[in-house]
Amino acid sequence: MRKSFGSIILNVAFRHLTPFLMLYGVYVLVHGHYGPGGGFQAGALLGLAVVLVQMVQGTRAEWRIGVSGGIILACLGALIYLAIGLAPFIWGGNFLDYGVLPIAATPAEARALGILGIETGVTMGVMGVIIVMFDLLTRDNGEREE
Amino acid sequence: MNIRIASALVLALIAIAFICAALDLPPAGDHQAPAAQHVSPRYIEMAYQETATRNMVCAVLADYRSFDTLGEILVIVIAGIAIVYIVGISRPADEI
Amino acid sequence: MEFVQIALLLVQMVCAVLALTSRDLMVAVILFAAFSFCSALLFAMMGAVDVGFTEAIIGTATTLFYVAVIYRVERRSSA
Repeated sequence: MRKSFGSIILNVAFRHLTPFLMLYGVYVLVHGHYGPGGGFQAGALLGLAVVLVQMVQGTRAEWRIGVSGGIILACLGALIYLAIGLAPFIWGGNFLDYGVLPIAATPAEARALGILGIETGVTMGVMGVIIVMFDLLTRDNGEREE
Repeated sequence: MNIRIASALVLALIAIAFICAALDLPPAGDHQAPAAQHVSPRYIEMAYQETATRNMVCAVLADYRSFDTLGEILVIVIAGIAIVYIVGISRPADEI
Repeated sequence: MEFVQIALLLVQMVCAVLALTSRDLMVAVILFAAFSFCSALLFAMMGAVDVGFTEAIIGTATTLFYVAVIYRVERRSSA
């Protein structure tokens, strides 16, 4: 999307909306233990924030992640999930059994931290896929522009 | 015109079947329903002691049913890679 | 509570039929967003707040994608 989106009112409104949207995404991620929320919703919110930056600024956006960056982010998220799932093998647990990880005092708190870790992986995966989809859908076609 | 009448008949039959199936469902929030008696009581009693997570939905999704969530995120990532291959490579940037 | 749920379901039916029969794709996308918001409200009413939250966010994201696609294709559908 080379041109910026809409009029100057929409551009300024989106420009002031984006930081709060990213903060809300992080809040949804880390508050998923206590309220509605979690990795999938937080990933969608963060991806939408990056997409909004690209809609406002076009190709001049500073936070341009792009197709290859999005794929790398998504695969890194899945890799974090798999790594946290495979880590209990070292301490003699089962697959995805975070209770045996020596990262907290009690097994229950270790499980809470493991849940936060895999939610981070889910967040990165969903965020990368949303950025990739939007980048491919609005990619410029070289000379053809209106 | 015949095909319209036939499809309307088929849709009416499917609608009647779905309504008959929906009338036999237990009411929302019924804790006596068969689906709520197998593993749900253990989750409700033990979720906070075992995972120190107050949101039970999060505990079930990311701890008890964690392998399911792993499959979901792998499906999403594979779908993203497939989108890159379908949209990004089969059409070069100077056509469309 | 029952009355509000029935009203939301009726709004959903009207939105679905109008979105299927409209010639303008932008109108169809906006009606689809209304449909998804109604179903998010229904999920939240039934007590599944997580599902309603997910539905609201994914409804917004799909609306954004559909609008981005509509700018690349013909806005009016032929049939």
